[in-house]
Amino acid sequence: MAASSIARVFEHQALVYRRTLRGSLFSSFLNPVLYLAAMGVGLGMFVDRAAAAGAAGNPALGGVTYLQYLAPGLLAATVMQSAALESTHPIMGGIVYHRIYYAMIATPISARDIALGTLAWITARLTMIAVIFAVVVLAFGAAPSAGLLLAAIPVAVLTGMAFAAPIVAFAATQRNGEAFPAVFRFITTPLFLLSGTFFPLDGLPAPVQAAAWLSPLWHGIALARSIAFGAVGSNPGLALDHLAVLLLFAGGGTWLAVRNLQRRLVK
Amino acid sequence: MAQPSAASAADVPSLIHARGLTKRFGSFMAVDGIDFDVAPGESFGFLGPNGAGKTSTMRMIGAVSPVSAGTLRILGMDPGRDGARIRARLGVVPQQDNLDVDLTLRENLIVYGRYFDIPWAEGARRADELLDFAQLADRRDTQVESLSGGMKRRLTIARAMINQPDVLLLDEPTTGLDPQARHILWDRLYGLKQRGVTLVLTTHYMDEAQQLCDRLVVMDKGRIVAEGSPNSLIAQYTTREVTELRFPVGTQAAALPTLEGLADRIEVLPDRVLMYAEDGEVVAEGVHARGLHPETVLVRRSTLEDVFLRLTGRSLID
Repeated sequence: MAASSIARVFEHQALVYRRTLRGSLFSSFLNPVLYLAAMGVGLGMFVDRAAAAGAAGNPALGGVTYLQYLAPGLLAATVMQSAALESTHPIMGGIVYHRIYYAMIATPISARDIALGTLAWITARLTMIAVIFAVVVLAFGAAPSAGLLLAAIPVAVLTGMAFAAPIVAFAATQRNGEAFPAVFRFITTPLFLLSGTFFPLDGLPAPVQAAAWLSPLWHGIALARSIAFGAVGSNPGLALDHLAVLLLFAGGGTWLAVRNLQRRLVK
Repeated sequence: MAQPSAASAADVPSLIHARGLTKRFGSFMAVDGIDFDVAPGESFGFLGPNGAGKTSTMRMIGAVSPVSAGTLRILGMDPGRDGARIRARLGVVPQQDNLDVDLTLRENLIVYGRYFDIPWAEGARRADELLDFAQLADRRDTQVESLSGGMKRRLTIARAMINQPDVLLLDEPTTGLDPQARHILWDRLYGLKQRGVTLVLTTHYMDEAQQLCDRLVVMDKGRIVAEGSPNSLIAQYTTREVTELRFPVGTQAAALPTLEGLADRIEVLPDRVLMYAEDGEVVAEGVHARGLHPETVLVRRSTLEDVFLRLTGRSLID
C-alpha cells in the first residue's frame, strides 16, 4: 500500500517533468560542456603548464591532468547544485503556490508518501543529470577509466541526496520562498567553490581542512574522485568514513523531511 | 443543542456520525463538541459565517485533520485508524483550488485517479465521462492555467468524482464565483444529488444552502445552534415575510419608537430595519399610516439569513 502510494507520487512528478523534458535535458548537457571547456580545458592548460606536467599528468594533482582532476569533483558538485534547486521551489509549489500536496493528502496518499515519493523523484532526476554529465566527461576524454567514472555516479547522486533531503525538510517549514536565495548564497555556492571541486585542500591550513570535514560535499567529492581514479583501495577506511557521512545526511534529512511535511500538511 | 432525528439514526446506518466532535488549535476551540449524522443519499450542509468551524469540521470528516476529542465515524470507520481507507471512498472539493496547473484537464483527472490506484486506461475512460459531465470536454487537452474560476471549480468537482466516491465533501464550492458560474455549478451538483451521491457542503450563502441542502446545521463559534431542513428552520425561527426599511441617513434612530408593535419582531441593523411578520404588506402600510417615510421599503420572504440573524444577532456575511 505505502510502496504503491510512494510510486504514485513519483509518477505524478514524472508526468509533470515530461512537459519540460527537452529543455531540461539540454541544460543538463550544456552545463558540464561549458564548465569542462572553460575550467577543465582552458584553465587546465595554465595549471598543467605551471606545474610542468608531462605526459604522465600533473604531479601536484597525483599524476592526472587538471581536466581529469576536475571532472569527478565537478560531477558531484554539479549534482549537489541541482539537488538544491529541485528541493526548494518545487516543494514550496506543492505546499503554497499550487497546493498540490493538499490535493494528494485528500486521497489515500499520506504526507509520508509525498515526502518519500518526492525524494525518490529527486534521486531519479539527479541520476539523469549525473549520467549526462559523465557522458560529456567521456566525450572530453577527461576520465582515466570510463568504467570507474560510471562507478562514481552513485556517489555523486548520494552526495546530491545528502543535500536534497535536509533541504526538502527545511523547505517544508517555510511560508514562502524568501529564504531560498540565502540557502544558495550561503550554503551551496560557497561549498561548490570551496569543497575541493577546483583545487585540492591538502595544502591549506589545518583549520580549513577540519572545516571541510563538516561539508558533505567535500566527502562526496573526495569519494567520487578516489573511485574515479581507482584509489579507494589505498585507504578503504577513509572511503567508508566519506560514505557514512553522506548516508547520515541523506538518511537524517529524509527522516526530517517526512516529519516536517507531516507537521505541515496534517493539522 | 439540536437533536439529530432518532428515527433516521436508528433505521439507516449513518454515513457520517459525530458526537461531541471537537477540534482545538492550541487554546483556540475551532469546533466545540458538535453532534450530527448524515444519512446515505442526503444533502447535508454546514451554514455559518467565516470562522464558525465549518472548514475544520470538513477537514476532520475528510480524514486529514486529527480529531481533538469526541467520536467521529465515517462510513463506519475511525479516521484516526483507517484514514487512508476512508479517503479512498471520499471525494473532496477544497475551498482553495489545488489543481495541477502544469497538466491538462484530462491529465489532472487521470493522475488524480492514480492516487486511488485506478489504472491509467480506466482513469482515462472516467476522465472523458466526467469532463462531459462538467461541460469541459472541448478543453480537455488544454492546460488548467487558462480556465476561468468557474471552470476550475467544475474541474475540481469532476476530479473529486474520479473514484466514484460514496460521499462528496464540498467546502464553500461557489465562494468567489460570479452569479452565472454559481448557477451552472449548482445545476451540476443538483445532477449529482439526483444520481444519489451523498453531498456534504459548507457555505455562507443562504441561497446556496436553500438550493442544495435537504438538511443543514447552522454553526456559530464552533457550535451548532440549529438543525433542520431549510424550510423547517425558517418556519421555526422566523416569520413568513420580512419588510426591510431603509431610512435617510441619520433618521433611523428617531423612527424606531414609532415602529414598535407593527411587527412580530424587529431587528435593527446599522443601515436598515427588518420587520418580521406573516404579511409584509400589512407592515408596510402600517409604517406609512404612522407617518413615516423610509427611503425604500422592500417586502420579501424570510430566508436562512434571517434565521441566522435571529439565532446569533449577526449577519452571515459582514
